[in-house]
Amino acid sequence: MATATPATPVTPAAPAAPGPASRPLRRILGRASWTAGAWLAALVFFFPVLWMVLTAFKQEADAYTTTPHLVFSPTLAQFRAVFHSGIGPYLANSALATVLSTLLVLVLGIPAGYALSIRSVRKWRDALFFFISTKMLPVVAAIVPIYLAVRDIGALDNIGTLIVLYTAMNLPIAVWMLRSFFLEVPVEVLEAARVDGVTLRQEITRVMLPMVAPGIAATALICVIFSWNEFFFALNLTSVRAATMPVFLVGFMTSEGLYWAKLAAAATLACLPVLLAGWIAQKQLVRGLSMGAVK
Amino acid sequence: MRIRQARRRGRHTRGSRQPRTSRRRLAATASVAGLLLTAGCAGAGAVGGSAPGTTLTVAIVANPQMADVEQLTPYFEHQHPGVHIKYVTLPENEARQKITESVATGSHEFDVVMISNYETPMWAKDSWLVDLQPYADRTPGYDPGDFIGPIRQSLSYRGDMYSVPFYGESSFLMYRKDLFAAHHLTMPAHPTWDQVAPLADKLNDPAHHIAGICLRGDPGWGENLAPLDTVVNTFGGRWFDQRWNAQLTSPAVEKAVSFYTGLLHRAGEPAASSAGFTECGTDMAQGNAAMWYDATVAAGSLEDPASSKVVGKIGYAPAPVEKTNSSGWLYSWSLGIPKTSGHKDAAWQFVSWATSKSYIKLVGEKLGWSRVPPGSRASTYQIPQYQKAAAAFAGPTVQAISSADPVHPTVDPVPDTGVQFLGIPEFEDLGTRVSQQITAAIARQKSVHDALAQSQQYARTVGRSYQHP
Repeated sequence: MATATPATPVTPAAPAAPGPASRPLRRILGRASWTAGAWLAALVFFFPVLWMVLTAFKQEADAYTTTPHLVFSPTLAQFRAVFHSGIGPYLANSALATVLSTLLVLVLGIPAGYALSIRSVRKWRDALFFFISTKMLPVVAAIVPIYLAVRDIGALDNIGTLIVLYTAMNLPIAVWMLRSFFLEVPVEVLEAARVDGVTLRQEITRVMLPMVAPGIAATALICVIFSWNEFFFALNLTSVRAATMPVFLVGFMTSEGLYWAKLAAAATLACLPVLLAGWIAQKQLVRGLSMGAVK
Repeated sequence: MRIRQARRRGRHTRGSRQPRTSRRRLAATASVAGLLLTAGCAGAGAVGGSAPGTTLTVAIVANPQMADVEQLTPYFEHQHPGVHIKYVTLPENEARQKITESVATGSHEFDVVMISNYETPMWAKDSWLVDLQPYADRTPGYDPGDFIGPIRQSLSYRGDMYSVPFYGESSFLMYRKDLFAAHHLTMPAHPTWDQVAPLADKLNDPAHHIAGICLRGDPGWGENLAPLDTVVNTFGGRWFDQRWNAQLTSPAVEKAVSFYTGLLHRAGEPAASSAGFTECGTDMAQGNAAMWYDATVAAGSLEDPASSKVVGKIGYAPAPVEKTNSSGWLYSWSLGIPKTSGHKDAAWQFVSWATSKSYIKLVGEKLGWSRVPPGSRASTYQIPQYQKAAAAFAGPTVQAISSADPVHPTVDPVPDTGVQFLGIPEFEDLGTRVSQQITAAIARQKSVHDALAQSQQYARTVGRSYQHP
């Protein structure tokens, strides 16, 4: 039989206390290194974007040099070529699909989020899991049935098809996001409003929505980004009339010939609307994503 | 406090702002309804497409030759009032996937599709394509007999053409005559790979950014497998024997793949595992490679002063051989009409225009003779202006295409047809997987032996489906 011997606690030797002068220095160095690290990380993430923008202003031959040139004669020739390629309908289709699907997502997602947070429906956990489970099936596995169904109802190459699919694609994430924002609303506020006799619709539209506006903006922006960048459905289900920007972009990629500069110009133009939307919603977005909706 | 704010907000809402809110709601509803109505109209691409007549949807691969077709389409529309063309332009892989999906499921999306000699016989057998032979025979001046023999045969099924060539290509060896002269080297008239390898070693000069030879290394059955398959063939290797037993671990295949990867490691371009046609073409055009074994169609851009620094310095030799008499590949981008097209006659009008002798002259006169689509028609090589513009490579191109033999590509018999591909539907997937293994070997992530052992497993699975159908 073994006898347990209580371990003698070992107290590590206390380090020499730093002098009063070295503490601020260490703090300053610590902050500086964090700042430098943050800038470095930002640069690493931003560099491909910078490279894309620079390449857009190059001639094709300059874009392909083995040793990349940072100094070159800028040209707008690639942007002219992109505009001459008929970018208009693609931009319009992307804008239509993005705006309408995002609106639909919000119209459907806000009541769903409310029902799953403020006035929880029965089996709300199962409902939440069901929503997110629709994202677990890889899209590529579902494309053939979707393609055949869309073909049979005569909806190939129709922007309405993309709007419906993008709504379905974004709705689960939006419901989850909106629910988490709604949970931040103090119940007392809603109870007070109810005491005042507001209807359910007024409670949502007049009391709750203004309080969670940053969260809704964040959700909408996520939906806008996902819809604007979506490629797989657009490639498979559209051809001439309803093709979107990502499909337009890949048209510049050729297996025989130079295309980097033109592709970079088209990609730069394609980024602008999302960048603009993000910039406009920046304040709301930061609040919505980093602090929660109402804290 | 919050309760009071809520009360205040409630009173305010029920009071003076009610009419304005209603107006806003009405305006918002009208805007959304307007947008939905617009969306219901198919899409913005439909705007301007409602002109009277027939609109043809043409799916094409993005490449310079097809960009020229798009540019010259107004001439076709002028000659054929009432027929309008809309293009769907995609990179090769996406175009292949999209066109296959559409044609195989019997959709009515496309009236004309750009396919190759890989798809044409299989799709003709599956009755997915319109037989173009009757159309070609009864079109005055079209002259289908003018198409170069091996190209015409590779686009035929049971003697009839099911797609017609837009351009054709084989492969040959391009080399820098000035560098050879400076090093006192000579390119043999009919080189073997055993002769080319030491030449590459001698010309390899990394200090001056010159690769001895550029060969494709990036994965894809249409990328590194295209040149590699011709090397395997001429070394006496094959994918399958006549009973569909996989042969990728045979000594001949292992020797060929070891030769290819070894040559790239010793004297190839930097980052060879990610270099394809475009990268090698850029290296050669910028003067950074002494030799390049690739498609004959590359010669046009190497001899174009707008894109090349080595104009007039390139020599052209037949595809190097070992055990076979010739080893160049055979490929053609061609135009076909899916059976589901609702405008077959109008589609043929477009197809016959884009593949006609008069189109070739139109390109020469409007865009320049170096941009003429090569390798499709024998008569192209009789045009004096083209002979002058393509003096350096016209002869070697026709010679390379004419000597390609898709039925007997290697020493031993094979159960299928095709030089750089197998004419079976499974090859797209099988080829892509095997090419990834080859790229891993080029990148030194795997030994050639291991890469081929894995490839053999893939090939064996495909072979079994033909042994026990």
